[in-house]
Amino acid sequence: MRRSKYFVFIGGFLLWAPSFLGGCSDMLLMHPKGPVGDSERFVILTAFALMLIVVIPVFIMAFWFSRRYRAGNSKSAYMPRWDYSAKIDLVVWLVPVAIVTALAVLSWRQTHRLDPYQPIAAGEKPVRIEAVALDWKWLFIYPEQHIAAVNQLVFPVGVPLSLRITSDTVMASFFIPQLGSQIYAMAGRQSQLHLMADEPGTYAGHNQQFSGRGYPDMHFKAIAVSRNEFETWVHKARQSPQKLHPARYEALAKPSIDHAVTYFSGVATGLFDHIVRRYHPGRPGNPGVAAGGKNFSANANIGLLGGS
Amino acid sequence: MFGRLSLSAIPYDKPIIMGAAGGSVLLGLVILALITYYGKWTYLWKEWLTSLDHKKIGIMYIVLALVMLLRGFSDAVMMRSQQAIAAGASLGYLPPGHFNQIFSAHGTIMIVFMAMPFLVGLMNIAIPQQIGARDVAFPFMNSVSFWLTAAGAMLVMVSLGVGEFSKAGWSGYAPLTEKNYSPGTGVDYWLWAFQIAGIGSLLSGINFLVTILKMRAPGMTLMRMPLFTWTTLFTNVLMIWAFPVLTVALALTTLDRYLGMHFFSNTLGGNLMMYVNLFWIWGHPEVYIVILPAFGVFSEVVATFSGKRLFGYRSLVYATGAITVLSFAVWLHHFFTMGAGPDVNIAFGIATMMIAIPTGVKIFNWLFTMYRGRIRFKLPMYWTLGFMVTFAVGGMTGVLLSLPPADFVLHNSLFLVAHFHNVLIPGALFGFLAGYTYWFPKAVGFRLEETWGRRAFWCWVIGFYLAFMPLYLLGFMGMPRRMEHYVNSAWQPYLIIAAGGTAVILAGIVFLMIQLAVSIRRREANRDMTGDPWDGRTLEWATASPPAEYNFANIPVVHDIDAFADLKETGMAYRPPDRYHDIRMPKSTGKGFILGVLAFTLGFALIWYIWWLALLSGLGLLIILIARSFQEDLHVTISAAEVERIENEHYRQLKSAAETERPHEPGKHRKGKK
Repeated sequence: MRRSKYFVFIGGFLLWAPSFLGGCSDMLLMHPKGPVGDSERFVILTAFALMLIVVIPVFIMAFWFSRRYRAGNSKSAYMPRWDYSAKIDLVVWLVPVAIVTALAVLSWRQTHRLDPYQPIAAGEKPVRIEAVALDWKWLFIYPEQHIAAVNQLVFPVGVPLSLRITSDTVMASFFIPQLGSQIYAMAGRQSQLHLMADEPGTYAGHNQQFSGRGYPDMHFKAIAVSRNEFETWVHKARQSPQKLHPARYEALAKPSIDHAVTYFSGVATGLFDHIVRRYHPGRPGNPGVAAGGKNFSANANIGLLGGS
Repeated sequence: MFGRLSLSAIPYDKPIIMGAAGGSVLLGLVILALITYYGKWTYLWKEWLTSLDHKKIGIMYIVLALVMLLRGFSDAVMMRSQQAIAAGASLGYLPPGHFNQIFSAHGTIMIVFMAMPFLVGLMNIAIPQQIGARDVAFPFMNSVSFWLTAAGAMLVMVSLGVGEFSKAGWSGYAPLTEKNYSPGTGVDYWLWAFQIAGIGSLLSGINFLVTILKMRAPGMTLMRMPLFTWTTLFTNVLMIWAFPVLTVALALTTLDRYLGMHFFSNTLGGNLMMYVNLFWIWGHPEVYIVILPAFGVFSEVVATFSGKRLFGYRSLVYATGAITVLSFAVWLHHFFTMGAGPDVNIAFGIATMMIAIPTGVKIFNWLFTMYRGRIRFKLPMYWTLGFMVTFAVGGMTGVLLSLPPADFVLHNSLFLVAHFHNVLIPGALFGFLAGYTYWFPKAVGFRLEETWGRRAFWCWVIGFYLAFMPLYLLGFMGMPRRMEHYVNSAWQPYLIIAAGGTAVILAGIVFLMIQLAVSIRRREANRDMTGDPWDGRTLEWATASPPAEYNFANIPVVHDIDAFADLKETGMAYRPPDRYHDIRMPKSTGKGFILGVLAFTLGFALIWYIWWLALLSGLGLLIILIARSFQEDLHVTISAAEVERIENEHYRQLKSAAETERPHEPGKHRKGKK
């Protein structure tokens, strides 16, 4: 009787653990603010519950068998030569097989559904953003608005974000925990990510891939605001005296830690593509680059568009 | 003359580093002084450094592993205390950038210089005896493997005081390890230490694979091999398949850094994704390389201390084989977030969760071995039970991470850090400690004290939960790994609890050291006269403790999986043979040691660009290898009379050992202590 209470306690604890996660508002992943994060929380909780089917029996058997068959207990059966039972063998293979099959189906469906490259189906036209990981800050280019911001990502709530992401240094990973999926930023390559916020708010965003000395300070605020507030913000950014022309970009790309939030009222057309392509100087259509890969060539064909 | 090495390479201005380096040097000097004081140099050279005896090499491996465990653990203490402090405006107490060296060193040391030597040490001590052999297939190569591993470990230790260690993480992702992003010597230390030890591991893998396949006692068919032998066999297969990939990945990085090539650089066609793939094609099987031998230990321990045959032997063998094959089909799960298409991610995700099937089967088999047994709660059994319960949690979080959508939010977070510690600490380290306690009397002749061992066990288990459960929660709170400092102060309370857990583990490590000291002091009381202190079931318990150099005077004939239990039951176990024969054993040689020293100087010279020394060391390595291959006088013969003398002494000891009553167990012929 005492023993069974013990098991109830352990089982209860395990079932309670996830609800604890939900209870504490600091548990960001359990409080997603967008459809991607929401589905990912569902995957985590479902898989967790499924796996308890195997894990709880392991706990129970470990405690129960070691008590019941301890050397001091002469009342329990002792069968030193008993070493096989086809039934048990079948069960211990088939139960994990069944659970993994269920998880595989879950994985199949959700991985396709949550493919970060797939646009989010929503009524609104997505906002396009190009993110560049630099040492050690994030540059966000708004190609349609012709503005850019460092270490701050402002976007309208309820509108899908369509992100193209690259790096102009070592590998980094773009991540806003409460919105969901992260993806690597790699030099010479563009990754894509689609996110959306359902609620206005300020969410923490950061680099999730160690990238050297300034890595711990490579974070930014992701601010989801209403359509109107977004337009106001865009307008404010367009007032900025700074424009992101190639020379200014080179200065920005130099290593710095804890870079202040900075707005640019104009951005060189095709800057993002240029950053991606400059690591592939040999390819047709790509601008020539010095071996160091760090400088725009003099004849690079990029112009500067006025912001407003 | 000295390349880029100058006195400025020593970080005088950093008190913490100098303290650690100074302490290590001082400790080394004290040990050297003690050896000199007691006049043990000749003994050390003749009996240990030049020995080709697999048991002695095994002990040296484990000494190396325990020393490196202390070093790797001090790194852990510094990381946890730094993160407990460095919240908000505080930057902690470590000099900038030092934290990055510490976590890089911690990972490298714990995997390459703690786990690997520990498991190869256990293989060395147990495998030849378990299969009824007198030595490994290539005794000299065994010595070379050890000294290469030791040379790598020495390079890591030297990096503490001369120059710096890598700041690019233990996995050394390109292009951060490229020269333009990491110009210092740190990455070079990492490269050469890793490379030299990796070659040592590859040689070990070849050695033990051949040993197991070719040197088993008559009658020991594959399906009669003990489970530890099986898991070692599969581990060796993994080593042989995986380590060359690591060698290539590191060599290409070396070419990038030393000769300006562009394998993994950002520019000129370099491809960092190739490095990441190559690293994990080694890296994931490596996880099973360290875990499978521990699974073997658990199998031996559970059967022995339950006084019962292993449940589902065939299932366990097939499960181990399945893990071996699958472990090569999952590496991509380390970077689902790289942007491969969903179908690629799903394939690797499902392969990953499939590993949970054979692993789960193994756990249930061990549990059913306990079922209807007579479980004696000796130390190895404690570690095994601690493993089963804790590992189940780690396995669960592992399957969680194998789902790409879950990994998209948990990748590179502290959840991941908690997960792999939750599989590697119980799955590998607890297994090694179980094996260490289990085979300790076999290797040195007396048992370890139970009381201090149990204290150490509880500290490890409780400390583990305190240190790593908060990290799971921090993963859910969005905390990335490898943060030198952080602004979100909501994380701090959890990190303080984790630091407390580390303190409890520290107590566990101190208790392990006390246990060793106390056991050595009370060795007479704990001496194992029978060679079979636990009522063992496999052949290593048929020899004396410690065994004669040749292990078996006459090679036993095997009729059962539990070969020794079978011999005991049929009354054949302690029967002296009719006559003894001359036995040929490998002759000691200092060449393994010298090769290790030269590998060290070669590595050191390459790290500091001291080209003449590199050239000399390289030539030296080559010359010694060639000289060794022409050497003909490689054996010593132990005469039949000497063998008889040694064996008679063993039988005399056996007689003097009191026979112990075992009321719960059948078999009156057992001589082991209770």
